[in-house]
Amino acid sequence: MSLTYDNVVERYDPVFGIEVHVELNTKTKMFCGCANEFGAEPNTQVCPVCLGLPGSMPVTNEKAVESAIRLGLALGCSIRDSSRFARKNYFYPDLSKDYQISQYDEPTCYEGELDVVLDDGTVVKIGIERAHMEEDAGKNTHVGGTGGIQGADYSLVDYNRGGVPLVEIVTKPIEGMGARTAEVARAYVATIRDIVRALGISDGRMEQGRLRADVNLSLRPKAAPGEDQSAVPFGKRSETKNVNSLRAIERAIHFEVVRQAQLLDAGEAVTQETRHWHEDTGSTTPGRSKEQAEDYRYFPEPDLLPVEPSREWVEELRGTIPEHPAKMRARLRDEWGFSELEMRDAVAADALTLIADTVAAGVTPQAARKWWMGELARIANERDEDLASLAVTPAAISELQGLIDSGRINDKIARQVLAGVLDGEGTPTQIVESRGLEVVSDDSALEAAVDEALAAQPDVLEKIREGKVQAAGAIVGAVMKATKGQADAGRVREIILARAGVEG
Amino acid sequence: MTDSTQTTHMAQALAGKGINYWSRATAVEMAEAMRAGTVTSVELTQACLDQIAAVDGTVHAFLHVDAEGALATAREVDAARAAGEELPPLAGVPIAIKDLVVTEGMPTTAGSRILEGWLPPYDATLTRKIREARMPILGKTNMDEFAMGSSTEYSGYGPTRNPWDLDRIPGGSGGGSAAAVAAWEAPLAIGSDTGGSIRQPASVTGTIGVKPTYGGVSRFGAIALASSLDQLGPCARTMEDAALLHEAIGGHDPMDATSLNEPVPACVAAVREGRENGLAGVRVGIIKELTGQGFQAGVTERFNEAVDHLRAAGAEVVEVSCPSFQYALAAYYLILTSEASSNLAKFDSVRFGLRVEKETIEKTMGATREQGFGDEVKRRIILGTYALSAGYYDAYYGSAQKVRTLVQRDFAAAFAAADVLVSPTTPTTPFKLGERVDDPLAMYLNDIATIPVNLAGIPALSLPSGTAAEDGLPVGFQIIAPAHEDARLYKVGGALEHALAQKWGGPLMSRAPELEVTR
Repeated sequence: MSLTYDNVVERYDPVFGIEVHVELNTKTKMFCGCANEFGAEPNTQVCPVCLGLPGSMPVTNEKAVESAIRLGLALGCSIRDSSRFARKNYFYPDLSKDYQISQYDEPTCYEGELDVVLDDGTVVKIGIERAHMEEDAGKNTHVGGTGGIQGADYSLVDYNRGGVPLVEIVTKPIEGMGARTAEVARAYVATIRDIVRALGISDGRMEQGRLRADVNLSLRPKAAPGEDQSAVPFGKRSETKNVNSLRAIERAIHFEVVRQAQLLDAGEAVTQETRHWHEDTGSTTPGRSKEQAEDYRYFPEPDLLPVEPSREWVEELRGTIPEHPAKMRARLRDEWGFSELEMRDAVAADALTLIADTVAAGVTPQAARKWWMGELARIANERDEDLASLAVTPAAISELQGLIDSGRINDKIARQVLAGVLDGEGTPTQIVESRGLEVVSDDSALEAAVDEALAAQPDVLEKIREGKVQAAGAIVGAVMKATKGQADAGRVREIILARAGVEG
Repeated sequence: MTDSTQTTHMAQALAGKGINYWSRATAVEMAEAMRAGTVTSVELTQACLDQIAAVDGTVHAFLHVDAEGALATAREVDAARAAGEELPPLAGVPIAIKDLVVTEGMPTTAGSRILEGWLPPYDATLTRKIREARMPILGKTNMDEFAMGSSTEYSGYGPTRNPWDLDRIPGGSGGGSAAAVAAWEAPLAIGSDTGGSIRQPASVTGTIGVKPTYGGVSRFGAIALASSLDQLGPCARTMEDAALLHEAIGGHDPMDATSLNEPVPACVAAVREGRENGLAGVRVGIIKELTGQGFQAGVTERFNEAVDHLRAAGAEVVEVSCPSFQYALAAYYLILTSEASSNLAKFDSVRFGLRVEKETIEKTMGATREQGFGDEVKRRIILGTYALSAGYYDAYYGSAQKVRTLVQRDFAAAFAAADVLVSPTTPTTPFKLGERVDDPLAMYLNDIATIPVNLAGIPALSLPSGTAAEDGLPVGFQIIAPAHEDARLYKVGGALEHALAQKWGGPLMSRAPELEVTR
């Protein structure tokens, strides 16, 4: 019979832990002055330090330390007064020095706790073991043959990514989540992503590898009723590497739960090993076995001084920690009166901060939402850009809305003004003036336009008098066309009705 | 200091023997003569190049000679001087650099075959400072492979010979730099000292070598042996020359996180003060554990005599004890090999240097390291890899770090009783080439007096105290100061150098045997 996740979690307690690697968005790399940018030509962002040339030495990027400490504080971690970097020694072509500068026995951030809010509002507390700094490795590309490291014709190495600053966040074992295991894992990684974005220390884009997750998972039998689950020993675990989307986290956990249960049910042992995640098949396959795990021969990095943040600095940084994203969302939803769906859409579009800033600039929450989730979302989508990268500020939106509210322009003109803002023509007010876009509310001009339109469609007045008031729409349309949209449509309508001798 | 009449006479006397006087001149004399217009940098540089051509076939101090580059710099300096430009103190004075300091576009091998043919794409901070000091770089000097050794016999390119006795070792690892200075091939050279690699070669070649306070000279661009112990420093024939070079290469470097952020010590002024005002009020501590048993009789004799000179110069002499020094050698070899095993991992064939192509990258890495590294390097990588292994770390690396702390405490206690500490630099005069090459432990013991200094990160120097009665070979005298107090070394060294020169009627080097011209 084929097992299902739901079936397995009734009989086994999954225990899992997650290691998340966050690439920091500092201007330069962790230990040298090379640009920390994604997507450059291979081996163009390199220097003697990140290439590991003989004689070169690392120097710690203070901004990366600041980002790591802020992340640690956001995860509720304690910050060590003095922490050391260590060398993790192993030979691999993408690791230029053949050791990685990381932290080992003295991580800068340790012992934290993070609230993770599930979709139904349930709050789960996740223990954080540590958050430590390290440098990324370069990237190998295996060419020809099987395309794998063993069977390729040759391999290329790009060291642009080598030395990019990372923070690795390691959870404590998470147990007792039962059927919600996969959901909790996903929500945890989503929360980390939201936090690094809110902190502004990484864009957290999993699809570009800026945030990468490894999932450790083991199963142990459920305790019999009345027995203490914590007395049941942990099983052997697998470590699934590079699970790089939220959906994949859930899928990988589903797969591993079922795979391990099949082995255990058949009386076989789970091998403690590293496994690779395959997005296409939704499955994992064994990598190198932990049984032959390399001995990394960690020792304190003698080329670097300890990281010793002053208490004052840490407290200063603590003051910059934004509100927990899930809690902020709940608060804003209440304050703004958004529906669950409106809130979720705004979050998905990364528009919360923009809406909040627009509200802060004096626009009503619904009007702010309509701008960012409507016209601006459409333009961003059209241009394949992020909302935040559009050349318009919340202050400009506020000004634009003010022009509408005061009746100087209408919605249609507002869109033209917005286009001008996006094209860099100036502020909304400047554009209204320079383009001459003000609403025509001068009655004599409007009356002349209405009369002209009525002359062209003489039957309209009759229809209105017969009670078909909607017929006025044709004349309003004609007037708007004639005035290039600058007429005050409400006033035009009033004039038409007055001509027909009907009360509006 | 220079008496021009005397100089002329000496120059004539040497010329009679086919020797260019200028290769014998001190850096101070060279700098003064260039300022006075009596000699050009091109002439000085050519004199050194001529001497290298004449004797280096025998001495083998150099792995690479850059005659063209050195002369080009010399010409620039001469032109700048002629144009009335303000120049740094050592502008135009030629220098040799140990081959582990990277020099852009000039071969840098660290004495290893694994780096044969590598042209560094960048300059070490030290190289940059030498260039900024406008000093012609004569070339790169021989050394034990990756600075692992005490004799240069572990160089991948053959040993250097001691100019005092060509059958003997010039010390190591910086035997090339010391021999270049002793063989009159260069007035100044750069060395690196991890456990004595500047001081021990100075001791056995009758020259001066200074290991500054850890962090006093940037290590950026110096190919690392043991990062927590390595320090670059000057090699010279006189205290004042060493002091000038120290001031030129010292100072904070943002590229080296372990570099001291403090002003460069006033070394030249300290030499002059010691020479002119003596040592009144200076307390000199003799380290009990570094005298007596295990030290050659002639070495002890010269040491005692030097101490008498210090006393005569006004110093108060006391005895201090550093009991944990007995563990220093063992701790040193654990820390050094551990760090070296990691530092040398990058020599993996992927980005630079030798590549011995095999079917897989793992095999290529293995074959390259097998062929490219010598026995001593492999021995130390294996030791260090073992010492850092899971389950052994605490017993080896961890214990060694504790000994390091004890050694530092011993020094702290000793410096409470004395301003500087002294000892013979090496237990013996130079041994014969081949004598200890197959006995690593005997080789390691040669560094017994120099190693504790590196473990503590403090400054020390070696200067000549004469020759041993039994073999006529040079004996070095070590002076040690607390961290950041490098100037004290120069003051005491200046006083002793002055006293000994008066006794000998000139520097010890003037008594070195003439080398046969072999070109």
